Amino acid sequence: MGKKISKDLVRELEKRALGLRLAMVKMLRDSGASGHYGGGMSIMDILTVLYFGGVLRVEPSHPDWEDRDRFILSKGHACVALCPVLAEKGFFSHDILPTFNKLDSPFGMHPDMNKIKGCDMSTGSLGHGAPVALGMALAGRYLKKDYRVYAALGDGEVAEGSNWESFAIAAHFKVDNLCFIVDRNGFSCDGLTEGPGIIRKGEGYGVCGTLSLEPLDKKLEAFGCHVIKCDGHDMTQLLDAFDEAAKTKEKPTVIIANTIKGKGISFIENKAEWHYGGFDAELTSNAIDELNSRLGEYK
Amino acid sequence: MAKLWTMDEVAYESPRDLFGKILIELGRENEKIVALSPDVLLSTKVRDFAEEFPERAFDTGVAEQSTVGMAAGMATCGLIPFFVTLACFASMRGLEQIRTDIAYPNLNVKIIGSHTGLSGGPMGTTHHSTEDMAIMRSLANMVVIAPSDPFQMVKALKSVVAYHGPCYIRIIRGEGSPVVIYESVGKCPFEIGKGATIKDGNDVTIIATGNPAVQNSFVAANELEKEGLHVRVIDMATIKPIDREAIVKASSETGGIITVEDHNIIGGLGGAVAEVLSEEKPAFLKRVGVPDIYSAIGPPEALWKRYGLDSDSIAKTVREFIKEV
Repeated sequence: MGKKISKDLVRELEKRALGLRLAMVKMLRDSGASGHYGGGMSIMDILTVLYFGGVLRVEPSHPDWEDRDRFILSKGHACVALCPVLAEKGFFSHDILPTFNKLDSPFGMHPDMNKIKGCDMSTGSLGHGAPVALGMALAGRYLKKDYRVYAALGDGEVAEGSNWESFAIAAHFKVDNLCFIVDRNGFSCDGLTEGPGIIRKGEGYGVCGTLSLEPLDKKLEAFGCHVIKCDGHDMTQLLDAFDEAAKTKEKPTVIIANTIKGKGISFIENKAEWHYGGFDAELTSNAIDELNSRLGEYK
Repeated sequence: MAKLWTMDEVAYESPRDLFGKILIELGRENEKIVALSPDVLLSTKVRDFAEEFPERAFDTGVAEQSTVGMAAGMATCGLIPFFVTLACFASMRGLEQIRTDIAYPNLNVKIIGSHTGLSGGPMGTTHHSTEDMAIMRSLANMVVIAPSDPFQMVKALKSVVAYHGPCYIRIIRGEGSPVVIYESVGKCPFEIGKGATIKDGNDVTIIATGNPAVQNSFVAANELEKEGLHVRVIDMATIKPIDREAIVKASSETGGIITVEDHNIIGGLGGAVAEVLSEEKPAFLKRVGVPDIYSAIGPPEALWKRYGLDSDSIAKTVREFIKEV
């Protein structure tokens, strides 16, 4: 679908995503902080494609450039993933990443637009990003700008009604310079989104069914959105999805990106308890070794 | 560009109608002004603005939370959004969004809360707003204004557009009090953060905010003057940042303070004044307002009378208060 994507670009993006995962682990190691490992890792490939795959038109030396594309990390707890991405993009120096969570750091658990260059909106409370993105998109239309607005939502976050108001209003106003991406890793904070809504003994941490979303694609289509489903760890599919979204007229797009919570560090993948946590020296070392060894395959 | 009407020539308009007209004037002067209303475009009188500038007005349906978020998003792009709905919905339904998307990042959104206090009358408690000033006051970065008469409302809205930052402004439903305090827009000394002494006196001070509290206090004070009681009346249009100096001066120079507001006596003007008095210049304080209850059903004038907000009741309160202090 769309333009042919070069194998070199795909490799480059995969390599960069691994490097960013390493940077995230090191940031938490160097700052001594715990973090949202699960949701930070699941979204890293999406962020990589957005910022390094030619999707977002931004200018690191001019973060307030009026005509820039906007990106809202509505699942603001993935700030831990966004910070290394913005540093890598050149909005600020990598040197300040180790201040994460420390007193007076620009970086906390959730991004602050007045503290982080390249951050288009302060987020952290779920369900806020979608309406704000919609407002930015409508402003762009009124001001006759051709920028696009992207917002990344968690799938647990999609329970918030304000998202659905936004989908409906965006469809109602035919807002097509707006693209939502749902990081569909299957988990919210308490456990799996899908299920009967109980905690089963002996099945480990987590509620089995915090709020079932399926059939999510049909619900979004019923709300008037153009829906694209893809593998959220496949660079080609992600690039194709963003391309299709940009070409979609008269409707907002929602990309449902199927992802794995904790993707990239095998011992935390698909584990509800790794929504948020801390690595000791051994786990840090294991994570770094694993990521380095995968990076080695790209040399 | 020819004006539809001249603000100084019009002696009085229902505040909501006037608001609708002012918004068009402001919109003509500044292209960045846009309006969003969650399905109350008509009852908040934003309709004329919407007809004049269709690409700048957004009726978003009954969806307050996302409408607030949309306003925030528009403000990040350099627009000056007016988020307009009833004060109870403005201050509560999308409160977290106001606090987290507007106040915290300090975005330039103007929130208009109409149908203030008990002015919704028989619409009942679900449409009354007796908590909004207490709520908005507690948000850092938020400026909170309750204009009294129509001329002050014009001045206040112009000031709010010139000010860069989040603002909350109360606009009454219906006529409220028809009494006009200021002779014209030009003669209205409104300034954000400053109270206006609309009547001099040194026996006691009434500090009032908004329509009809200010007007009814003004009428009461003028009646009391005939009885030889000299009551100072301060129109405290800005509740936050409040004019501390005027309060301290009143405490120093007069026998006591009575606050009057169409709002719960907890947390609004009364609370704000109490904070200043206690910290800087303690005085006897009597708070007049809705006495921490949800009101009866009835026309607004009857409700104001029931809860001591009409001019006769205010005068009575002053007479009793003067005996105590």
